Amino acid sequence: MAEVVFKTEGVTKVYETGDVKVYALAGVDLELFKGELTVLLGPSGSGKSTLLNILGGLDHATDGRVWFDGTELTDMSDRGLTKYRRDHVGFVFQFYNLVPSLTARENVQLVTDVSPDPMPAEEALTLVGLGNRMDHFPSEMSGGEQQRVAIARAIAKRPQILLCDEPTGALDSSTGVQVLEVLRDINERFGTTTVVITHNAEIQRMAHRVIFFQDGKISETRVNKTRVAPSEIVW
Amino acid sequence: MQAIDIKLLRDFRRLWLQAVAIALVLACGVAILLTSVGMYKALSETRTAYYERNRFADIFAQTRRAPLSLLAEIARIDGVMSVETRITGAATLDIPGRTRTAVGKVLSYPEDSDPLLNLPFLVKGRFPDPISTKEIVVNEPFAIANGFKLGDSFSANLRGQKRTLTIVGTALSPEFVYTIGPGALMPDNEAFGIIWMPERAAAAAYDMTGAFNDVSIAVASGMTTAPVIDALDTLLEPFGGLGAYDRTTQQSDAFLDAEIKQLKGMAAILPPIFFLISGFLVSMVMSRIIMLERSEIGLLKAIGYSNTEICLHYLMLAALIAVVGVGVGWVAGTMLARTMAWQYAQFFDFPFLIFRVSYWVYAASGLAALLTTSLGATQAALKAARLAPAIAMQPPAPPRFKRSFIDDAMAHMRLSQSTVMILRSLLRWPLRSFLTSLGLALAVASVVSSTFINDALTEIVDMAFYQTNRQDAMLLFADDLPEAVLEDVRHLPGVLQAESQQFHAAILRNGHLTKRVPVESRRPGNDLSRVLDADGNPLDVPANGVVLSKRLATHLDVKPGENVDIEFLTGRRETFSVTVTALVEQHFGLGAYMNLEYLNALFRQAPRVSTVNITLDTDQSDALHAAVKNTPHIAGIVEMNENRRSFENTIEENIVVMNTIYIVVAVLITIGVTYNAARIQLSERARELASLRILGFGRGEVSYILVGEMMLIALVAQPFGWLIGAGIAQLMTSAFTSDLYAIPLVLEPSTFALASLVVLGAALASVMIVRRRLDRLDLVSVMKTRE
Repeated sequence: MAEVVFKTEGVTKVYETGDVKVYALAGVDLELFKGELTVLLGPSGSGKSTLLNILGGLDHATDGRVWFDGTELTDMSDRGLTKYRRDHVGFVFQFYNLVPSLTARENVQLVTDVSPDPMPAEEALTLVGLGNRMDHFPSEMSGGEQQRVAIARAIAKRPQILLCDEPTGALDSSTGVQVLEVLRDINERFGTTTVVITHNAEIQRMAHRVIFFQDGKISETRVNKTRVAPSEIVW
Repeated sequence: MQAIDIKLLRDFRRLWLQAVAIALVLACGVAILLTSVGMYKALSETRTAYYERNRFADIFAQTRRAPLSLLAEIARIDGVMSVETRITGAATLDIPGRTRTAVGKVLSYPEDSDPLLNLPFLVKGRFPDPISTKEIVVNEPFAIANGFKLGDSFSANLRGQKRTLTIVGTALSPEFVYTIGPGALMPDNEAFGIIWMPERAAAAAYDMTGAFNDVSIAVASGMTTAPVIDALDTLLEPFGGLGAYDRTTQQSDAFLDAEIKQLKGMAAILPPIFFLISGFLVSMVMSRIIMLERSEIGLLKAIGYSNTEICLHYLMLAALIAVVGVGVGWVAGTMLARTMAWQYAQFFDFPFLIFRVSYWVYAASGLAALLTTSLGATQAALKAARLAPAIAMQPPAPPRFKRSFIDDAMAHMRLSQSTVMILRSLLRWPLRSFLTSLGLALAVASVVSSTFINDALTEIVDMAFYQTNRQDAMLLFADDLPEAVLEDVRHLPGVLQAESQQFHAAILRNGHLTKRVPVESRRPGNDLSRVLDADGNPLDVPANGVVLSKRLATHLDVKPGENVDIEFLTGRRETFSVTVTALVEQHFGLGAYMNLEYLNALFRQAPRVSTVNITLDTDQSDALHAAVKNTPHIAGIVEMNENRRSFENTIEENIVVMNTIYIVVAVLITIGVTYNAARIQLSERARELASLRILGFGRGEVSYILVGEMMLIALVAQPFGWLIGAGIAQLMTSAFTSDLYAIPLVLEPSTFALASLVVLGAALASVMIVRRRLDRLDLVSVMKTRE
């Protein structure tokens, strides 16, 4: 049995935007294992991103408990969460979230400047196949390249976990596949626990395990007996 | 360099126009602080050093003729540290190559030692030989104005004795830092000079052997002057003492002091306004930047940057703006202070000017600038730090608009949708609209409160030279003469009209309130020198009683119908209780006026005159001056035209400089406020405006929304600006009013129009620059960009 990295018990999240209350999560119990590549699959608004934010220490649950590597995140202070993110978590977002005024290298350095044991920014960019584009600004790169910079930025700190929110959501199929290749490569090479959120059902085929979301709850969990390479995925 | 610092520098570079617009406003505050504090320190330190080195006296007194034996008694007065007696007198001067008469004030120079007090500072040459009857030292500005070199001579009429005097040296004196001749309103160095003459020669000329008519006293440190003045008055009274006074009434020091106080006021009032505006601008721009960078903030948090690091990051951006502002302000302020110092050096006669803006002023101005911008940015930076990362990375919720009665009103007025958008946006962010408007109102106020001085001075000149002192010239007599002298004056060449006037030094009292002023008397119906009532109509001084200028009446707290005690310091030194019959408007000095016959009846003597006001046939002006130079009793002639010209020239120079500075300041504030507000508008509404373009709106129609909103705010700002400007002008007139002069509050429509024109023009120019960006908007990419 693999080691548990994340564990949640009855996690609930209520968003209050103005006068409207939205139940994003309605009691989620979950375990994620070390070195595993998990895909969270579900339609828009099913609560996947909310869960990812809570796992990544970007948000607090309204109710329920969350542990990372045996440490409880539930009531951790803001300062504690900042340290947790800085030391352990790498994020990849749908819209890349690169700082437009910084080059690819500098965007990665944003992370290497503050993390305890980073790899050189150049190494991270080479790993994602952008060794020759390091001094380009985001505006000078394609969407796929930008997302690969975002991945380089996420892995440069040698995180224990990599949380990816719709990493191919803004990309076409062939570019998306390149990004998925990089994610799988990182997962295999470094054993980084990787969580990929998507509403694209095709992507589940590359995962060790697939967790289905519906209306803020886990509707089904499935273990893939055979995984396919990203290059075989098409959408 | 860390990546986040690189981001900081690149953000700054991207925002540089906005940053510079703010930095320049900040620079104004820093520069004005440096200039006013620098000049204030320079003038007050120079004054202190000069007075100390050259032993400027604390108490001054004039008397008709007192025996030298009185000196020992004066020295025994409690609190007196040193005493100096002198002989002073007036002289009319016939300067080669100058047809007009000049006037000299003769001061005796002690025979066997340097003066104990009021030590002249020798600029060139040497002091006169004690036994010479010809050698003199003149004040340096007089020598320069008349082109004198050492060894030059001119002829002087000293109480009827003609003498040729030779200049052996030039000097400056702490008594004459600001020198105004008798009867004049402004310094005229060509027409009025100070003459230091050996004691023996002065005594012979003014019949003062064994006597003196001028005393200066330095009091021991820590002593007050009042008891010494009282004791001195008692001692001098039998000898025709004209009342002792301290530095506050000494003409030169009073002017200098008024100037120093003005600078101090300027240092206290103006810079905080600029700092406030720049603080507001920083806050406005930073809030917007943080709104735009929401997702970047979220990202920084997601990858582990702490709240403090993010807060500091944005504070640093504000600090960079402050650094630019402070840098520009320091350079501009240093240059401005130097220019002003040079102007002051022209205006005041100092032998040296201690000009150093001390480091603490630089430090304080820098700190103040840094503090205000940081304070302005704090709220935004804290907001950035407080943004929850998960929320930060989502687009902000659309601003909430609510229907109100105003919307119903707008619907009723059938306004176009673009106009409704403008009005709704103004009402949606009322505080922001208000503050933007306030910033522009302050720019308007800056112009109003500086240019109103033009109209005020026009009014002063009109009142002083065209309404009240309408004579072409005043003939001054060494002593009061019987009124019959008027006939002699009428026979002088070129004299068309001659009217008599009499002056008596006096102390006016009402209870504990006192003021030393000259009481002026004249005949009813006099047409040349007049006084005006509150409505500006000429007022004949009633047959009885005294007419006071409003400021004097306020100081003494008397109203028409009430009595005031007048202690005359001349003649028999009698005190009379006299009824105040009317009040008059007057901008220069504090006036008290009586009927000539009434005054002389009080004195129980036939009417006498001190001066004669004349009108002239200008063709015969040279002949008149030639005659005056040879008339023994005439102590001088003051030409009002010269006086007016010198007044206007001096004022004009200063006004042009000041107006230019304040108009530049107003333009900078306007650009700072409008450009930033418009850029923020554009960034907030880019999608909205691009959508309108896609829907088929033309460029003009779309830019109407942006330009219209900004210009509407600017228009709304105008009346507030006028009000604030009028308020500041009112404050300034009361702050600048002293016993020496009063600045009337004259606000002409043209002042307001100029202010509005400057601000609206600058606002339109700034918003049009932003409009060009709107024209270049790439519609497709704007619509694609995720907010």
